[in-house]
Amino acid sequence: MKISRFSLLALALAGITSAHAGKTIDTIKQRDQISIGISSGVPGFSAADSKGQWTGLDVDVGKAIAAALLGDAGKVKWVPLVSQQRFTALQSGEVDVLSRNTSVTLTRDASMGLAFTAVVFYDGQGFMVPAKTKVTSAKQLKGATVCVQSGTTSEKNMTDFSRIHKLNLKPVVFDKFDAANAAYFAGRCQAYTTDASGLASVRAKEAKDSKEHVILTDLISKEPLGPLVRRGDDEWLAVVRWVVHGLVEAEENGITQANVDKLKADTTDPTIGRLLGKTEDTGKLLGLDKEWLVRAIKAVGNYGEIYERNVGEKTPVGLARGKNKLWTDGGLMYALPVR
Amino acid sequence: MSPAPRSPLIPPRPAPARPRAGWSWHHPATRARLWQVLALLGVVTLLGWLVYNTQTNMAARGIQSGWDFLGQTAGFDIGEQPIAFESTDAYWRAFLVGLLNTLRVALAGIVLCTLLGALVGVGRFSRNLPVRALCRGYVELFRNVPLLVQLLVWYLLLVEFLPDTTEAWSWGHSIFLSKSGLVLPFPQQGANGWHWSVPAIDGFAIDGGAALSPEFLAVLAGLTFYTAAFVAEVVRAGIASVPHGQIEAAQSIALSRWQTLRLVTAPQALRVMAPPLTNQYLNLTKNSSLAVAVGYPDLVSIANTSLNQTGRALECIAIVMAVYLTLSLATALLMGRLDRRDRARQEP
Repeated sequence: MKISRFSLLALALAGITSAHAGKTIDTIKQRDQISIGISSGVPGFSAADSKGQWTGLDVDVGKAIAAALLGDAGKVKWVPLVSQQRFTALQSGEVDVLSRNTSVTLTRDASMGLAFTAVVFYDGQGFMVPAKTKVTSAKQLKGATVCVQSGTTSEKNMTDFSRIHKLNLKPVVFDKFDAANAAYFAGRCQAYTTDASGLASVRAKEAKDSKEHVILTDLISKEPLGPLVRRGDDEWLAVVRWVVHGLVEAEENGITQANVDKLKADTTDPTIGRLLGKTEDTGKLLGLDKEWLVRAIKAVGNYGEIYERNVGEKTPVGLARGKNKLWTDGGLMYALPVR
Repeated sequence: MSPAPRSPLIPPRPAPARPRAGWSWHHPATRARLWQVLALLGVVTLLGWLVYNTQTNMAARGIQSGWDFLGQTAGFDIGEQPIAFESTDAYWRAFLVGLLNTLRVALAGIVLCTLLGALVGVGRFSRNLPVRALCRGYVELFRNVPLLVQLLVWYLLLVEFLPDTTEAWSWGHSIFLSKSGLVLPFPQQGANGWHWSVPAIDGFAIDGGAALSPEFLAVLAGLTFYTAAFVAEVVRAGIASVPHGQIEAAQSIALSRWQTLRLVTAPQALRVMAPPLTNQYLNLTKNSSLAVAVGYPDLVSIANTSLNQTGRALECIAIVMAVYLTLSLATALLMGRLDRRDRARQEP
């Protein structure tokens, strides 16, 4: 009697632990599809193109994860979310990962049941003003009305900046990105504030002539953007984190979408061999197979290629690499070693 | 009217047999009570399960909860402040500002939609065909286009066509209309007693006076024009409910059309109108929660921001629900009182 009770308890405990290990990965594999939360209408990061296909930097990161885990970058259910919904959608399990230009902060990481994986874009909050106002610095915006989207870190940063420099900025807060855009371009606000990348994206999409609007050079905050997962599933967190680091490390080692197959066949470089699963099997440690990173690179290219294709200087968004250059080129992109 | 005196020739009906006293399953009252207890138990169990489940899941996922955040510093600014608010003030004060903004637009909306609705409703009985057609067209247009669309249209109209702040239209250098809204002179208490605070352009902004932002104006216009269409229908139905004989009687004692409306039709129509009118006022108040779409800092807008900064989604939504529930119940109570007083006065 005693023994059976004990074994029942042990069974129950074993059940709990085994169900917990890699629960998200198991669920994803079972349904053969990853559910990814994205933003909508932020060209360069995530927006639907004319064929209804999602494109952008955040979308490509999601595709890379799908390719690494499920072997097919197309096995994704894209869930467009507005700012206020995004954390609830992730907490409640509606999406498996949130790849939606989200800045990580202590409050978000520590108190909201979320876990941060890796930075895919180093950003900072900026201001955009109509060129005709001749404003050159955010400190000249005394008493200005500023359009801002709710549910973002922007509101608080702006208030702090306004207090420090005694600017008395007046916020007009919209719940939708599109409404905030429309109000700014109709001239309701003398300035528009969000992450600098978002400003460039909005200007590319909405402005009749992008020369009519200036993005001021002052950045008033640090906004490290990257994918988030639910807290409490370390295996899934590791997969997302290492896919991002893998894409950056691929760029460090010159592996591109075009040469990945050839390199895999020919290389004698041990680092490249390891990255492409030729020598060591890093995938096994993550619960994936040997070719995980090969598939991710084949699907979307390395980090540099993703950047240039979506937001680089040749795109309408036109953002210079800046802080997002590799650390070897003086930027902040420093992949943790994939080995 | 008092009941007709009972004729002594008709014997009184026997009283219905009282159910036997004592406990029995066959007793309807016993069974009714049993069902009530079961239903109550069911509801309580369901609620308890919901609360328990939510708490367990939130704890398991490391989501913090609780009301302590209300005392913490909000850290954000609010564009329109009926009472002074600094970003260093606490969250509860931010919620209060949001609530006052909601009340401000809802009260103004209720007054204006009643006036406009009454005009349009009465206009539908006009002897003038164009007036009748206009009133009918108004009702059909405004009540059949979704309110959110109307709000966005009003807002875009206001911010697209008004001039920039620095080139504001002004009347006598005291009233300004621009993309930053309508600014009027406003009495203000200063060191030397009351004086008029007259607005003036200063840099990017217009200082002084009382400002009605385009967001406020758009929400007010949207709510007023939308709800007035329904109020007009309530007024029309109220007037139509008065028997035609009453009007003929009024004509026969040589009352004018205006006198007939004021002395005969209106008092009787008002009684019919009170309950549906209450509904419209409740709707208007609740619909003001759409204001966030055009950037008006109402309660929902403040709750959205707070929710995102603190991550206390359930708490913030609960506050919003409690406030709207309280506002609605208070409005219903007040209208019910007015209605009862009205009836008591008319039927002594």
